[in-house]
Amino acid sequence: MSTTVANHPTRPPAQPATLRARRLPKYAPPVIAAAAVAVAAAVVYGTSIGGPVLVVAVAALLYLAGLFAAANAVEGRRSARNRTWSALIHSAFVLAVLPLASVVWTLVSKGVERLDGNFFGTSMNNIGARDANGGAYHAIVGTLEQVGIAALITVPLGILCAIYVVEYGRGRFAFAIRFFVDVMTGIPSIVSGLFVLAFWVLVVSPVFNDGRPGFSGFAAALALSVLMLPTVVRSTEEMLRLVPAPLREGAYALGVPKWKTILRVVLPTALPGIVTGVMLAIARAAGETAPVLLVAGGGAAINLNPFENNQSSLSLFVYQQAGDASKYAPARAWTAALTLVTLVLILTIAAKLLARRNRLGR
Amino acid sequence: MGETPPRSANAGTGGIRVAPGHGQPAGASARVAEAPVSTRTPGGGDLGGGGGLPRARAFGAERAFRGLTLAAGTAVLVIIAAIAVFLIAKAVPALRANTANFWTYEGWSPNDTAPEFGIGTLAFGTVLSSALALLIAVPVALGIALYLSHYAPRRLGTALGFLIDLLAAVPSVVFGLWGRDIFVNPVRDFSVWLNTYFGWIPIFGGDGPFGKSIMLGSLVLAIMVLPIITSLSREVFLQTPTANEEAALALGATRWEMIRTAVLPYGRPGIIAAVMLGLGRALGETIALAMTLGITFGISFNLIENGGNTIAANIANAFGEANDTGRGALIASGLVLFTITLIVNITARAIIYRRREFTESAA
Repeated sequence: MSTTVANHPTRPPAQPATLRARRLPKYAPPVIAAAAVAVAAAVVYGTSIGGPVLVVAVAALLYLAGLFAAANAVEGRRSARNRTWSALIHSAFVLAVLPLASVVWTLVSKGVERLDGNFFGTSMNNIGARDANGGAYHAIVGTLEQVGIAALITVPLGILCAIYVVEYGRGRFAFAIRFFVDVMTGIPSIVSGLFVLAFWVLVVSPVFNDGRPGFSGFAAALALSVLMLPTVVRSTEEMLRLVPAPLREGAYALGVPKWKTILRVVLPTALPGIVTGVMLAIARAAGETAPVLLVAGGGAAINLNPFENNQSSLSLFVYQQAGDASKYAPARAWTAALTLVTLVLILTIAAKLLARRNRLGR
Repeated sequence: MGETPPRSANAGTGGIRVAPGHGQPAGASARVAEAPVSTRTPGGGDLGGGGGLPRARAFGAERAFRGLTLAAGTAVLVIIAAIAVFLIAKAVPALRANTANFWTYEGWSPNDTAPEFGIGTLAFGTVLSSALALLIAVPVALGIALYLSHYAPRRLGTALGFLIDLLAAVPSVVFGLWGRDIFVNPVRDFSVWLNTYFGWIPIFGGDGPFGKSIMLGSLVLAIMVLPIITSLSREVFLQTPTANEEAALALGATRWEMIRTAVLPYGRPGIIAAVMLGLGRALGETIALAMTLGITFGISFNLIENGGNTIAANIANAFGEANDTGRGALIASGLVLFTITLIVNITARAIIYRRREFTESAA
């Protein structure tokens, strides 16, 4: 706010006769850019200190400086700042798009290599370092089961929690819950994995397992639900708050008890938004590697029972194949990564489309 | 839930401030109903029209449902407390067995007969890589957010914003794989170049090998948190009241001045929230760093030599061959990470909650 618009100390020295301020000609920025590239190339190759990448970097800096100087001379300082910041913001965009585009391109180009029936139909059981086959069937099963169980645990718990916070909670206690849900959003996935390791795998599971701690897909589901819970609560909470008050009041006026109003009027109205939040949470959980690594153990064979023995998951499969010395492992890792990203993106896109059709709107 | 309580009894109880978010109590009659219903006797109240109200049941569906939601709400607090309790319970025996100083020892060998492990290097690596990642990501992310909200054509901005949201959902293991297999090459070239021409600066010194360094880890982290910070701050920027923006422009502000005087101050709490969320994700990031860092123990500010380690990456790497004490040691390090992220999060939330009173932003 410090720059008041009223005083501009550096007005262009020569005021033209017309009321229009002097402006840089349209051709000026491209000319400056070309000059910057030429100078940068001359400097970099002249002193032979780098390659084309350095030329681009130096040219970008020179362009910014040149643009500022030119605009400062012709249009004045304020406009020069405006142009420079505008150029910076555009270049930030380009700068970020490059690596992200590279991620997507590599993912697709390397991922299609093993995109065949064998990959989706077999597990890694008895696949040695010299075998080109082997697939992620067991990992896909693991991911689906773990995420499914996690959703079964989280969705009712999260929605009830959000209902308490929005509809019933008063005072400090409700505030504390809201606050800690927010705080819980930031719990690292590895910590939730360690928590389930310390709680379920090391303390509870020996009870069912002849006194030995046992890894299981269910433990991974528990860890994932710790991660999903805050997301579900937050999105449900927001959606419940968007339900118009007259809707509730109408129900109360008709003599409907509060719990029935919530279940029959409020929840159905907010449902599309809640589903969106749940799907986003599932998408996030499906991509988590660390908790699965800690509490499900990972395995090469197909294990359909989530309550017993090691289970793998797609993200863990990617991690393990990436660390594998076999020359066929990277291809498997990339294809599994592509599968995982596809799964996550389908969920996310569906969630976003659903959100767009939501009548409540933000 | 099968039974239906008498209609009139619950018509009263239902009226208690309908939705706190909207702050509209449902009229005066609702406030009257806040009096404990159980004290009312049939026909005993002198409130007009309240005659004949039957007693509220002690264990009706209303109470049951309310209790259920209360239990679910309490579960959140219980989970957070349980995380702390179980981590401490499992960490203490390992810490007792530790023959070195947990805070200062530079190394991690908890599986030996005389376990020695220290958190210092790991905590240092965690903070350093996250700080670097944010240093790189935040300006770029804010630039993109501004580009999408105020510079790009509306349609393009929406489409690209959607794309950024999708990128925020890409799992970290994919970024780790990409960083390890692809991105390491340009980073290695860049490191060699930096070492050749700027080797006299300590952080770019050393004599190799280069590549799987703090720099690679931080850059990958930066690329990962970029979409999160971008999509959150873009949403906040889009919510700037149009009136403020138009007023700035009408006073003759250039576009940048409009952004600086109207958009950025309005969005500040949202930006802080976005950055803090990014920081939380960067601090806790496990797999991407386990795949891209060179995993060494030792406190060094050198950015380009192979090396670097973080608490989370160490847990993922060392978990496989950990014995009982080893697991306890890893849990102890996880406890430290939990505490760090908890402090960061609570600070961030406290800032946001306090700011929210002044600006009604969506943060």
